[in-house]
Amino acid sequence: MKLIILDDYEQVSEWTAKYIRNRIKKFNPGPDRFFTLGLPTGSTPLGCYKKLIEYHKKGEISFQYVKTFNMDEYVGLPRDHPESYHSFMWNNFFKHIDIRAENAHILDGNASSLEKECQDFEAKIKAAGGIELFVGGIGPDGHIAFNEPGSSLVSRTRVKTLAMDTILANARFFDGDLSKVPTMALTVGVGTVMDAREVMILITGSHKAFALYKALEEGVNHMWTVSAFQQHPQAVFVCDEDATQELRVKTVKYFKGIMDVHNKMVCTVSISLYFFY
Amino acid sequence: MSVFKCRGGISGEMPSNKSVSDAPITQFVSCRILKDHRLQWEDLWVREGKILNPEKLFFDEEGFADHKVDCGNKIIAPGFIDVQINGGYGIDFSQASGDIRRGVAQVAKKILEHGVTSFCPTLVTSPPDIYHKVIPELRVQDGGPEGAGILGIHLEGPFISEQKRGAHPPKFLRTFKAGGVADLMETYGHLDNVALVTLAPELANSAAAIRELSGRGIVVSLGHSMADLSQAEEAVQNGAIFITHLFNAMLPFHHRDPGIVGLLTSDRIPPGRMVYYGMIADGIHTHPAALRIAHRAHPAGLVLVTDAVTAMGLPPGQHSLGQQQIDIQGLHAYVAGTTTLSGSIATMDMCVRHFREVSGCTVEAALEAASLHPAQLLGVSNRKGTLEFGTDADFIVLDDTLTVRETYIAGQQVWRK
Repeated sequence: MKLIILDDYEQVSEWTAKYIRNRIKKFNPGPDRFFTLGLPTGSTPLGCYKKLIEYHKKGEISFQYVKTFNMDEYVGLPRDHPESYHSFMWNNFFKHIDIRAENAHILDGNASSLEKECQDFEAKIKAAGGIELFVGGIGPDGHIAFNEPGSSLVSRTRVKTLAMDTILANARFFDGDLSKVPTMALTVGVGTVMDAREVMILITGSHKAFALYKALEEGVNHMWTVSAFQQHPQAVFVCDEDATQELRVKTVKYFKGIMDVHNKMVCTVSISLYFFY
Repeated sequence: MSVFKCRGGISGEMPSNKSVSDAPITQFVSCRILKDHRLQWEDLWVREGKILNPEKLFFDEEGFADHKVDCGNKIIAPGFIDVQINGGYGIDFSQASGDIRRGVAQVAKKILEHGVTSFCPTLVTSPPDIYHKVIPELRVQDGGPEGAGILGIHLEGPFISEQKRGAHPPKFLRTFKAGGVADLMETYGHLDNVALVTLAPELANSAAAIRELSGRGIVVSLGHSMADLSQAEEAVQNGAIFITHLFNAMLPFHHRDPGIVGLLTSDRIPPGRMVYYGMIADGIHTHPAALRIAHRAHPAGLVLVTDAVTAMGLPPGQHSLGQQQIDIQGLHAYVAGTTTLSGSIATMDMCVRHFREVSGCTVEAALEAASLHPAQLLGVSNRKGTLEFGTDADFIVLDDTLTVRETYIAGQQVWRK
């Protein structure tokens, strides 16, 4: 696992966006060889999306041969509701870049059979050759996507009932009216994300610090589902100073000490990239 | 390989854009559009003459733009709507001579240059035979490359006050016998294709006329009148919702009887209803301070109108308006031989710029006063006067000085500078 510690949210957004840009460019996608990217929603990745849009507008990156798979979507929320994850992805990412709709996959929370929708999603990922890079965030309770505490670490895409904590946290987007907040969501499983060839988790803010500690310095535990990535061969955690506050000084010093090496991965790509294992 | 929704394409080839419609899709980029009362950095999408919802296009149809138009960071606003225009470029809508439709069409084409995409040709006080002849010739019709669309006729008179007739010829003024449909038909002949009627509510039996016209969906406007506030309020209760060129041709505001002007802040407007008022913001018909007072008192009701006369667009000199002669001197148009103003020769875009400059209002408010508000007044804001999805793609491209650079009707460019 690589832990990338940066000063603040802006630096995290920029580093992550550059990393994604470089990974896609190095992969050199084409009409017969798409780059498959797993994507999150929420406030954490917003800055990263803005940066990616900026690089796209500068001509540094094209999404024409990129396939995206979003992590989750609410059940029962109209697709054009301003709080749906379809709306989020359209407004914050898709409408600003050159991705074609048939390459942007988001779970349909209004499908007539939710179970089939989940199975189809897994099939689409498989048919696309698996996910090259899955980007995600972390909840204050250590969850990845909607894999709340107690979710199986080998789970697949499925319907999940949301924890009360999550519903309360979401209420602010629904005029504070709890009755309007969706109670269920479709989500990729921990196992689904683990299948990706590389996983990148963004963690910013002090309210995520405890979850980061549990995910990195304690054992693999289904109560903190992000801890599953300790067993992934290619995991990158990108965080800001605030998020490191519950980590041991030793951990932080070690990873800060090798930042030079890590920063090579986000240089402007010319020919080759040096990867540190 | 990947799982596409391919329609006849080879795996790997981009599927075609043809799901709901085969029509080409145009995306206007690098622009600020007037949406939700704000100028926003958003693209404008158009298909089949309507504003298209790009999110729906993306997710429902997996569609994309066929053409992209770079607007160079300019402003896109809904096309202007002029609900009071008497003619221009030598054409007088109230004259029944010659080919009436061709005359209107000539003006309709020229006003595209001012950013006007829809208008209401206005007839001033005329004898019944003129109305009977002209009204059937002026049909509601869509705009296009030939010119701005006609939303309906504005009949300004003849049921107006003699003392406040302004430039209207006194011998053709009329009063209501009973105010019913018979009276109106006797004078006008036809009411189809009529969108607005200006009348003076203090005339006897006007209430019946107001109810009759409003009942037919025609906007009743108060103007050229000596009415006091309570008469005006009664007219509103009977259905009137507009004031013709506020301040002009009515009693001046008085602090113990505000007159028609008092409607702007009246507390006797029926709930759910709003009174709109036309303003000629040419710098001549209304003092800027008066314009500011009206705007601050009731900003949502302000509708910019040109009240342009035959001479608009023509060089200085004498011309005809209705049954009278008028005299152009610079930016002023007088009833020949008097100092009575007989309408303006300002263009709509000049009015928008002037309004913004003297009122200090936002660019959005100035643009809406010439587009959204007239559309709301006429009850057509579900398809005109906005850039909402599904509405008619009648819009203009302006630069930051609010100079019109391009005009589009139904998504087609019909004029460029």
